[in-house]
Amino acid sequence: MEARTFQSKCPECDAELEIPDDIISGEIVSCPDCGMDYEVKLTEQGEVILTPAEIEGEDWGE
Amino acid sequence: MTNLGLVSDRIRWDEKALIRAAAKAGIDLKVIDPKTTYMNTASNAEDLEMKFGEVVIQRCVSYFRGLHITAILENSGLQVINSFDVSLTCGNKLFTTLALSKAGIPAPKTLIAFTDKGVSKALEELGYPAVMKPVVGSWGRLIALIRDKDSAQAIVESRERISNALMQIYYLQEYVKRPPRDIRVLVIGDEAVAASYRYSSEDEWRTNVARGGTSKPCPITSELEEIALKAADAVGNGVLAVDCMESPRGILVHEINSTVEFRGLYSATKVDIPGKIIKYAMEMKKK
Repeated sequence: MEARTFQSKCPECDAELEIPDDIISGEIVSCPDCGMDYEVKLTEQGEVILTPAEIEGEDWGE
Repeated sequence: MTNLGLVSDRIRWDEKALIRAAAKAGIDLKVIDPKTTYMNTASNAEDLEMKFGEVVIQRCVSYFRGLHITAILENSGLQVINSFDVSLTCGNKLFTTLALSKAGIPAPKTLIAFTDKGVSKALEELGYPAVMKPVVGSWGRLIALIRDKDSAQAIVESRERISNALMQIYYLQEYVKRPPRDIRVLVIGDEAVAASYRYSSEDEWRTNVARGGTSKPCPITSELEEIALKAADAVGNGVLAVDCMESPRGILVHEINSTVEFRGLYSATKVDIPGKIIKYAMEMKKK
């Protein structure tokens, strides 16, 4: 079976985003150009949906 | 049918490791992102179990989000790791300190004040330097090393500007003369499974991995084991990171974390922490 690779464009700056093939929904990818963080959602059809990641809240942590 | 749930609002290395460990053990792990759903406070156990599993590992990065989810799940009879009481106690440094104190566990001297006047009196008693921490918060955020009265005043004034009532609870602690490291012991149930030294990075006194701290393996001596297990017991047990300091008067427990980030501990010790957490959750189900 071929390894899945995902290519996507940064919605903010249009740079190429390389998304690792073992990514799962809920993981974060960062744009190498503008530094924006996105949460990745994978649809059942294998599409990649990027939404801006939540920013660190005052109650975040362990 | 074996089913476990993982509630997570952000899939980090740790959550991915838990998902892989469950798959390896042939367990049906339901992964729930609370950001894209809602919960009914009147749900019965059966409905919730369908979605969340019978035992739920709650690992939200947002403390209050996780705590409130745990409240709903537990109220309907589901078992949650960690429990509501444990999460509530560990999520607040004062509540943790009180639980440790009640159980007679050595901890740094801690004073609490509510206004600038109270802070200044407390610091007279503690002496300088001293440490000020928010009662809720993590990753070393807003933890201040106070070297004199003027910097104390500046920090209090800054905190007064933060519109969060919890910022007006001033948790002040003696600055413990310790090596430039602390010790993290991971306790799962009644076992201390791994321990690491966390060294602070250059130009930083805080040892948090989130602040660039690095983990190195730490031997679990009988003294360390005993104190970590007692501390975990004092806050109600579960999957817990007991953070300790080596002080001139022996080991002191300064914090217990209930949504443990174990990546550093894993890379330092190679102990199969995700596998052990999944196993613990499965055993919980049998009880």
